[in-house]
Amino acid sequence: MPITQLDGHQVHVDAEGFLTEYGEWDEELAKVLAAQIGIDLTEEHWKVIRFLREDFKDKGETATARRVQTVGGVPVREQFALFPKKPGKKMAYIAGLPKPHGCV
Amino acid sequence: MTTTETRPAIVPSFDDDESTGRKLAIICSKGNLDMAYPGLILANAALGEGVETHLFFTFWGFDMITLSRMNHLQFSPAGNAAMHLPGSDAHFPQALAPLPGVTPAATHMLKKQIADLGVPEVPEFLDQIVAAGGHLWACRMSADMNKLTLDDLRGDVEGIISAADFIEKTEGAQLLFI
Repeated sequence: MPITQLDGHQVHVDAEGFLTEYGEWDEELAKVLAAQIGIDLTEEHWKVIRFLREDFKDKGETATARRVQTVGGVPVREQFALFPKKPGKKMAYIAGLPKPHGCV
Repeated sequence: MTTTETRPAIVPSFDDDESTGRKLAIICSKGNLDMAYPGLILANAALGEGVETHLFFTFWGFDMITLSRMNHLQFSPAGNAAMHLPGSDAHFPQALAPLPGVTPAATHMLKKQIADLGVPEVPEFLDQIVAAGGHLWACRMSADMNKLTLDDLRGDVEGIISAADFIEKTEGAQLLFI
């Protein structure tokens, strides 16, 4: 696993750049990750990211867009507005989690 | 111990610019519950990857968008030689498949298995696909055969169009017939 430098943080990432160590993430780092993919984090973004972090802690896997809607309470339409085009991957990237594996 | 190296920041390439040209067109021609899902799952996946996606509902697939029918899709083991007995590798005897009660029981079982995975029922799945930016189109010939109009269909169906219209709208798209 490569180690990469992000704004002074040393973090483990996979070949695509997704963080691989749950504990290496913090909210400051999330802002850096979001900026890398051109997203300015608002309170609406944080609602999704905090849900993903908590849900991963419970379930051991990254919530899909479907689950972010049904359990996290953020509708799919809003997810696409907040994280354009590829919400599933972008949400996971900023939350420092692996890409979601679920199909739906 | 594994050796590690420190690299400059690796940023995933989300291909925002490249993916804008990709289009997917899915023709849904089946109204059996089990055959409704493949198109929906692929459409949902494509939309999540930023791919412009169009679904065209034709023949039996028309039931998926018809208000009076979309909640009553069924699954039957009849003619499906790959159907197994629950929790077993043994095949479901084809002679039993047409018996009364088998289709409702099989439908109930399939719905439960799908729900257990957190996958929505067909109408709700289409809601999600539309929310994700998917486009729904109804087939003109199917509407005429069934004597149905836009009023009989989901409100988010964008139009009843001919096959030629659909081909025109999906120029350059990758196409799936299900």
